[in-house]
Amino acid sequence: MVREFIGEINALVWRELKKFFGNPWIIVMMIIQPLLWIGLFGKAFNLTGLFTIPPEVLNNLPPYVTQQVSALFNQMMARLFGSSSIDYFSFMATGMLAVMAFFAGMSGGMSLTWDRRTGYLNKLLVAPIRRESIVLSKMISASMRSLVQASLLLLIAMPLGLKLSPAGIGPVLLSIASLFLLGLSMSALMLMITIRTRRQETQMMAMNLINLPLMFASNVLYPKSIMPSWLQAIASVNPLTYTANILRGSLLMGSSASMSSLLSDFAILLGISTVFLGIGIAVSIVGLREK
Amino acid sequence: MSKAVNIENLRKIYPGGVEALKGITFDVDEGEVFGLLGPNGAGKTTTLNIIATLIKPTSGKAEVFGIDVSSKPGLVRRNIGYVLQDIATDDELTGYENILLQARLYHVPREKAEKRIWELLSMMELEEAARRKVETYSGGMRRRLELAAALIHEPKLLLLDEPTLGLDPNVRRSIWGYIRRLNKELGTTVILTTHYIEEAEELSSRVAIIDYGEIKALGSPRELKAKLGGEVIELRLDYIVNDQLRNIFESIDGVLGVTISDGVVRLKAVNSSSLLPQIISFLNAKNIKILEAFIKTPSLEDVFVELTGRKLRDEEGSREEMFRFRRNIQLRRR
Ligand SMILES: Nc1ncnc2c1ncn2[C@@H]1O[C@H](COP(=O)(O)OP(=O)(O)OP(=O)(O)O)[C@@H](O)[C@H]1O
Ligand SMILES: [Mg+2]
Repeated sequence: MVREFIGEINALVWRELKKFFGNPWIIVMMIIQPLLWIGLFGKAFNLTGLFTIPPEVLNNLPPYVTQQVSALFNQMMARLFGSSSIDYFSFMATGMLAVMAFFAGMSGGMSLTWDRRTGYLNKLLVAPIRRESIVLSKMISASMRSLVQASLLLLIAMPLGLKLSPAGIGPVLLSIASLFLLGLSMSALMLMITIRTRRQETQMMAMNLINLPLMFASNVLYPKSIMPSWLQAIASVNPLTYTANILRGSLLMGSSASMSSLLSDFAILLGISTVFLGIGIAVSIVGLREK
Repeated sequence: MSKAVNIENLRKIYPGGVEALKGITFDVDEGEVFGLLGPNGAGKTTTLNIIATLIKPTSGKAEVFGIDVSSKPGLVRRNIGYVLQDIATDDELTGYENILLQARLYHVPREKAEKRIWELLSMMELEEAARRKVETYSGGMRRRLELAAALIHEPKLLLLDEPTLGLDPNVRRSIWGYIRRLNKELGTTVILTTHYIEEAEELSSRVAIIDYGEIKALGSPRELKAKLGGEVIELRLDYIVNDQLRNIFESIDGVLGVTISDGVVRLKAVNSSSLLPQIISFLNAKNIKILEAFIKTPSLEDVFVELTGRKLRDEEGSREEMFRFRRNIQLRRR
C-alpha cells in the first residue's frame, strides 16, 4: 500500500521534473524577474550607500567623532539588517532567493490547470492511484523546482556582489529546507485556488494578486523594522519573511548567527507551511471531484 | 458466461440539468466486443465515464466484473484500460516515456513494463517514433500511442471512446485490426463507442443503439437488421412468373412475403443465406433457370433511421468533429 503510494508520487514527480528540465526556457524566463529586482533594488538603490560617509568628510573629523559615527552606523545597520557586516545588496539578494522559490512554487501549483485543459487529468483520475498522489506530486515537484531555481539565482548573484558567509552546515541545511517548505506552501496555495479552473487567465490573475503584495509585505526588500506597524503585522505571518530570515541568518551572518532565532524562525515557517499544506491538500482533493 | 459489465437502469443528470442518460440497461459478456452506436450527444461518453469511475451516476447500478463502480472505484480502475475520446498524451514527453509513466501509474513492475512497452510499441508500429516527443506525432500516431498505453497493464476490460474519430480510412482499418487481435489473442473484453456504422458492424458482436440517453435497440448487427424486416432475396428468372409460382414461393418455410415486379421476385426472409440454396435447388428441380440472385440486407444505418427517425451522422456533424479533433491537437502543439 505505502509502496504503491510512494511509487505513484515518484512517477508523477518524475513526469513534472522531466518536463521542467526538458524546457530550459522556462527556467531562464522565471529567473528574469527576481534578477531584475536584484538589479533594480540591490544595485540601483544601494541603501547602504546612503549611510556611507565620504572619506574626505571623515578625514576632517576629529578621531573621537569618527569613532562615535562609526559606532552609531554599526548600530543602525545591526538594527536594520540584523548584523553590521551585511551590506544591502547581500541582504536583498538573499531575500530574492526566497522570492524565487516563492514564484517557482506558485507556478508549479498552476500546472494542474493545464492537465485539466488537455484532458490529461482525466487520464490520471481513471488510473488506480490515490487523489493525494496527484495533488502531492504537483506540490513536491514545485518545491523541487523552487530549490533548483533558487540555487541558480544564487550562482548568478554571487559574482554580482552577494557575499556569502555561511553559519555552518546545519544552518545551510535549514535554509535548503526552508526554501523547500516555502515552495511547498505556495504551490499548495496556488493549487487550491486554481484546482477547478481550465483557464490560464484565472491563474495569471490569481498569481498577480498574490505575488507582488506578498513580496512587498515581507522583509525581502527592506527590513521589517522600517515598516509601518500594519505592514509588519502582515509580514509576520508571511512565510516569505521567515524564509528570508533563515536564509540571511544561515548564509550571511557567519559566526554571529543566532542558532536559537534560526530555529524559532524555522519552527514558525514549519507551522505556517503545515497549515497551508493541510488546507491545500484537503481543498484540492475536493476540487478534483466531479463538478 | 460471466458478465464483464452489468448496467441497470443507469441515469445521469449533469449539474445544470441535462439528463444525459435516462435509465439504460445492458450487460457485456466477458470476451465480447460491444458497440455503443449513437449520434453526437447521445450519451456514449457519459456511459463510459461512469464505467471508468470518472463520473458518478445519478442513480442506477454499474458493475465491472461484479464490482460496483460507486462503492469500490479503486478496485474497478485496476481492471480497466480507457482510451478517452479526447486525446490526452503528454506532448512534452516521448512516446516511450508516455507509456512508461502509464506503466508506473498502473503499478506494473519495472522489468515487465520495459518488455511490454516495446511489444506494444511494435504492435502499434511506433517503435521508430518512440524516442521522439509526442508533439511531433500525427493524429493517428497519438491514437495508437493512447491505445498502447491503455494496454500496458493488460486490462481485462478495454474502453474505447470513438477510437478512430477523425482518422483517415487506412489508419482506421489498421486500428480495427489491433482491436480484433487484442480481443482474439488476449480475450480482452472491449466496449467501444462510435458513430461510424461500419465500425460498429465490423468489430462488435453486439451493438446497442443509443440516442438521447436511451437504448433504442440492442443485439448483434444481424439481429438488429432482421428486426427491421429482415433480409430480401432478389431473383431474376428466365421464366414468366405466374400466380402458381407465387403460391409455391409463399409456401416455403421462412419466406415472409413475396413481391413481383418487372420480372424480379423479391422474397422477404428471416434467414436468407440458408434459404437461398434451398430455393436454388427447388427451382433447378422445376427446370426454371435463374439469371441472377442477390441477398439484400438493410444497413445498420437503415435500422438507425427507422428507430430514431434521423440520420446517424450528417456532413455538418462530421466536419465539426474533425474540427474539434484538429483543434485539440493544435492546442497541445502550441
Ligand atoms: N460535463 C457535462 N456537463 C453538462 N452536460 C454534459 C456534460 N458532459 C456531457 N453533457 C451533455 O450530456 C449529453 C451526452 O453527452 P455525451 O458526451 O455523453 O455524448 P456522446 O454520445 O459521447 O456524444 P459525442 O458523439 O459528441 O461524443 C449531451 O447533451 C452533453 O451536452
Ligand atoms: Mg462522446
